[in-house]
Amino acid sequence: MSGYFADVAALARKDLLLELRARDTLPAMLLFVSAALVIFHFALPSGTGELAGLGLLWVAIVFTALLGLSRAFVAEREHGVLDGLVLAPSDRSAIWLGKSLAALTFLALAEIIALPLFALFFSGIDAGTVAAVALADVGICAVGVFVAAMSIATRARELLLPVIFLPLAIPVIVGGVGASVTDSPGRYFAFLALYDALFATICWASFEYVVTE
Amino acid sequence: MLLGAAIAMIGFYVPLDQDGLNQMIFYFHVPIAVTAYACFGWGAWKGFLHLWKQKPGADLESYVAIHQGVIFAALTLVTGSIWGRYRWGQWWLWSSKQLVLFLVLFLFYAAYFMLRFSVEPGPRRANLSAVYAIFGVVLIPVSFLAIRLASDYIHPVAFDKHGPQMADSQFLTFCVSLAAMLSLFSALYRLELAGKRIDAHLRELRELLG
Repeated sequence: MSGYFADVAALARKDLLLELRARDTLPAMLLFVSAALVIFHFALPSGTGELAGLGLLWVAIVFTALLGLSRAFVAEREHGVLDGLVLAPSDRSAIWLGKSLAALTFLALAEIIALPLFALFFSGIDAGTVAAVALADVGICAVGVFVAAMSIATRARELLLPVIFLPLAIPVIVGGVGASVTDSPGRYFAFLALYDALFATICWASFEYVVTE
Repeated sequence: MLLGAAIAMIGFYVPLDQDGLNQMIFYFHVPIAVTAYACFGWGAWKGFLHLWKQKPGADLESYVAIHQGVIFAALTLVTGSIWGRYRWGQWWLWSSKQLVLFLVLFLFYAAYFMLRFSVEPGPRRANLSAVYAIFGVVLIPVSFLAIRLASDYIHPVAFDKHGPQMADSQFLTFCVSLAAMLSLFSALYRLELAGKRIDAHLRELRELLG
């Protein structure tokens, strides 16, 4: 089992190093989320209230994640790395887990900038929202990386990722917005945790079938 | 198989329609919705069999079941919308949780076709489709829960949509209608499956000849 986690760590490290050298994804995500927040300022007429802003924050998070996820397997595809990884003598689900951890890191870094920016532009953010964002990120990255792996196997490529991902992300939005706007966020946390656990399990169990023939 | 549908048609004339048209559409709407769930469940089960036992043909069966399921889901949306028009005076109400769930499912399963038809036929496509079908079955209860939770902060006032309690004759009609819809599904399922199999055989033959 320790070998499995070593594989996962190596794969995640590879992605982080690649990003550190090429700086492809993260700057784009940061610019995207900042621009989206500026757009929200103009999209919300005065008197809309801060609850609407909190709802839009979740839209921004999901779409920023989508932007990062659409790049998740591009390097692998262009250089045929995925075939090599599949042939490597390790469990295939390690590919998914490593990639999810890398995607989670990117998303978390983007949010470390985006959340204070949101607090600055709109309204303050309470601890409940931050906790909900952290919980939701896990689910978003787990499912998103899985769907990204599916979509690179198709002709439609990146086009398919949002089409499949958005219906799957509706429960995350519900849990996240619920936790941000209500006074008793407990059951929304529980729901997000349930979503994470459930979908992470089936992603982990069925990833092998996505990358092999 | 068509016999079941015929029985249902007779069944529609049996109960007293105290509520007029929307009572009648109820006998269509709910069985169609249940049938759509059955289709998706059956599709996921076949997908599961494909992945687990590599059962030949399970992929095609899974596809056909989901294809039927999407048709039934679209019908659910249409009949539900008509029902809402007569019951509440509006074509679309976000407070009707079942309908919202069907909208989510419809979007999700519509993407199934995009996925399936942008992959070359072969084991890859079969695997992806099967995994997607299993995802759908997990998404159904999760979305249902999500929509229930969401209604708490979107519509604080609960919308009680339970109509009058069903009398025996109404319940009987409902059951007959449900049976009719399920048999309609299984008939369509076999028909489409047979068609698709003949198609595949023809293609094989043509390749052998050509």
